[in-house]
Amino acid sequence: MLEIKNLHARIAEDGTEILRGINLTVNPGEIHAIMGPNGSGKSTLSYILAGKEDYEVTEGEILFNGENLLDMEADARAAAGVFLAFQYPIEIPGVATMEFLKTALNAQRKARGEAELSIPDFLKLVKSKAADLNVTMDMLKRPLNVGFSGGEKKRSEILQMALLQPKLCVLDETDSGLDIDALRIVSEGVNKLRSPERSMIVITHYQRLLDHIVPDVVHVLSKGRIVKTGGKELALELEKNGYADYVGEAA
Amino acid sequence: MPAVQETIDRVKAIDVDQYKYGFVTDIESETGARGLSEETVRFLSAKKNEPEWMTEWRLDALRRFQTMTEPTWARVDYPPVDLQDLYYWSAPKSVAGPTSLDEVDPELLRTYEKLGIPLREQEILAGVEPKNRVAVDAVFDSVSVVTTFKDELKKAGVIFCSISEALREYPDLVRKYLGSVVPVTDNYYATLNSAVFSDGSFVYIPEGVRCPMELSTYFRINEKNTGQFERTLIIAEKGAYVSYLEGCTAPQRDENQLHAAVVELIALDDAEIKYSTVQNWFPGDKDGKGGIYNFVTKRGDCRGKNSKISWTQVETGSAITWKYPSCILRGDNSRGEFYSIAVSNGHQQVDSGTKMIHLGKNTSSRIISKGISAGKSQNTYRGLVSAHRKASNARNFTQCDSLLIGQDCGAHTVPYIESKNATAQFEHEATTSKISDDQMFYCMARGLSQEEAVALIVNGFVKDVIQQLPMEFAVEAQKLISISLEGSVG
Repeated sequence: MLEIKNLHARIAEDGTEILRGINLTVNPGEIHAIMGPNGSGKSTLSYILAGKEDYEVTEGEILFNGENLLDMEADARAAAGVFLAFQYPIEIPGVATMEFLKTALNAQRKARGEAELSIPDFLKLVKSKAADLNVTMDMLKRPLNVGFSGGEKKRSEILQMALLQPKLCVLDETDSGLDIDALRIVSEGVNKLRSPERSMIVITHYQRLLDHIVPDVVHVLSKGRIVKTGGKELALELEKNGYADYVGEAA
Repeated sequence: MPAVQETIDRVKAIDVDQYKYGFVTDIESETGARGLSEETVRFLSAKKNEPEWMTEWRLDALRRFQTMTEPTWARVDYPPVDLQDLYYWSAPKSVAGPTSLDEVDPELLRTYEKLGIPLREQEILAGVEPKNRVAVDAVFDSVSVVTTFKDELKKAGVIFCSISEALREYPDLVRKYLGSVVPVTDNYYATLNSAVFSDGSFVYIPEGVRCPMELSTYFRINEKNTGQFERTLIIAEKGAYVSYLEGCTAPQRDENQLHAAVVELIALDDAEIKYSTVQNWFPGDKDGKGGIYNFVTKRGDCRGKNSKISWTQVETGSAITWKYPSCILRGDNSRGEFYSIAVSNGHQQVDSGTKMIHLGKNTSSRIISKGISAGKSQNTYRGLVSAHRKASNARNFTQCDSLLIGQDCGAHTVPYIESKNATAQFEHEATTSKISDDQMFYCMARGLSQEEAVALIVNGFVKDVIQQLPMEFAVEAQKLISISLEGSVG
């Protein structure tokens, strides 16, 4: 599904090196958790996967189902099945959430050469997915992310994911800003999307999320490198002992 | 926003820097009256068989104009216009005046067809549901070539014709109201217009009548080096209602063309006038060459109690725009509204806004202005809200939002607020924002192309105003905005 080979990247504007040789292979159906202290490059990795232009890849490559992901624009990556659930979803004033969902879904369908969804079919689809995530019609009529609470923003992200049915889901600190109930709803939404054909990369600071979304593999990222890889028990160990052991190794 | 997809397709279909309406109609025209002089004015007046008082009115305006100087306070910069080098009259040779459709030169009909303006009533009747019918007055250079649905409107008592025809058929009505909202000496361009106006539309809605269909005028400048000076006069008697649309295009030419119009609206007791404009004059090419100078005076007078005048404008064209559709809120409880979207790209310069003059008691006004600047353009909102001493309980709400696309454009907001009455309540809100890289990335990460993302964000930005437009025009306006912003990002 996804193969990251020796990925080096820096901030385009000031040349600060963030990623220093990441190697990661995610097979279909797998869930990989990436943990690590602040500033280790977790969000940068997610942005680079989604195609944000603020970063410059200086070395290495990313293959997505055999295709060179770095050659593709962000919209082409989305159409190919890469989805990033943002840590801080962006406000689009004046654009109703429903409208945004329709535009995004149809843009992807068009890019894949599929017909646009009719309005009744689209509404039926949204309503079924929205109910699972406790997203009301009222919320769908509001402008995207404008005045949304932290929980609403994250539920809206997962709703988009459920609608767009991506092949690779990258969840960037989806648990941040969520209370216990919201965390449960969002996690259930994510778990519903688990399938043998779909892979996920879950970026988080806390073990808490991984109680709900149980990963197959856990990686520790520090100073732009993966310094430790283990099973789900690695997350528990980190929760207990902190990152100190691994951060030292990377230095 | 069903228009989003359509806009994208349209945008893709055209090249950057392609003005869709830039074609020239090859038609034999009679051009005359070069240079501004008493002779020119007399020539125009005679051409149109105007009554003696009208000729005198024009000559008076000319004399006053000759003592005036061009205003320089607007935030626009352009080389001076040589008024002596312009032609003040240009008309397709085949048109003696407004005629029936059968007599209209087929070449002209084709021009309007190409512009998407239906002039054949039968075709309109066949294709569209009756409630969506629009009566059209088509003005080509200096003359009105045809007015549709005239007979049907007449049955309802509505007069809709060219102003030249109105001067001949209803001289008393015209004389009573012409210049009563925009006086002859109002400003440089309005005075010039008063002297040399060629044609335009005249609308009269009698007492208690709700105009049975949308009225619209479609202006087209075709001839080179010709100024277009149109004059529109709309009168809504007590309890009358009318919705009026105005559209404009011009061929793509290297020279600048002058367009100086005057529009006067009069609403008597309980009357309502809704005036919508979609202005798409040629904006000049990518290097800023050519384009229309659009110097327009538009003013509505809420003369009666409980009257209402609403201006909605979508401005995407013209090299220079200088335009402030205003409302004089004279009648007690009268209401004025101004909804505007001004899009500038390339080297366009826009200085536009409104004036809400509160004179009567309990008058209210609302201003929603959305400016979008891209390319190397400059976009200024200039507005005045004032309350007269006697305007107790005057209310105004103003919202001015600017959106910047790219690094080389500018947005400016110049609001003037004057209150001479302590009970007046004026609110002003203003924002300036940019389409951020984060918004673009977010949209693209969901699969939207760059053009789709810009269209979506801009459509969201202008939504409040688009909702005010008549349905048929709302979709058209969204398309226009996207086309105008083509190539503005990346």
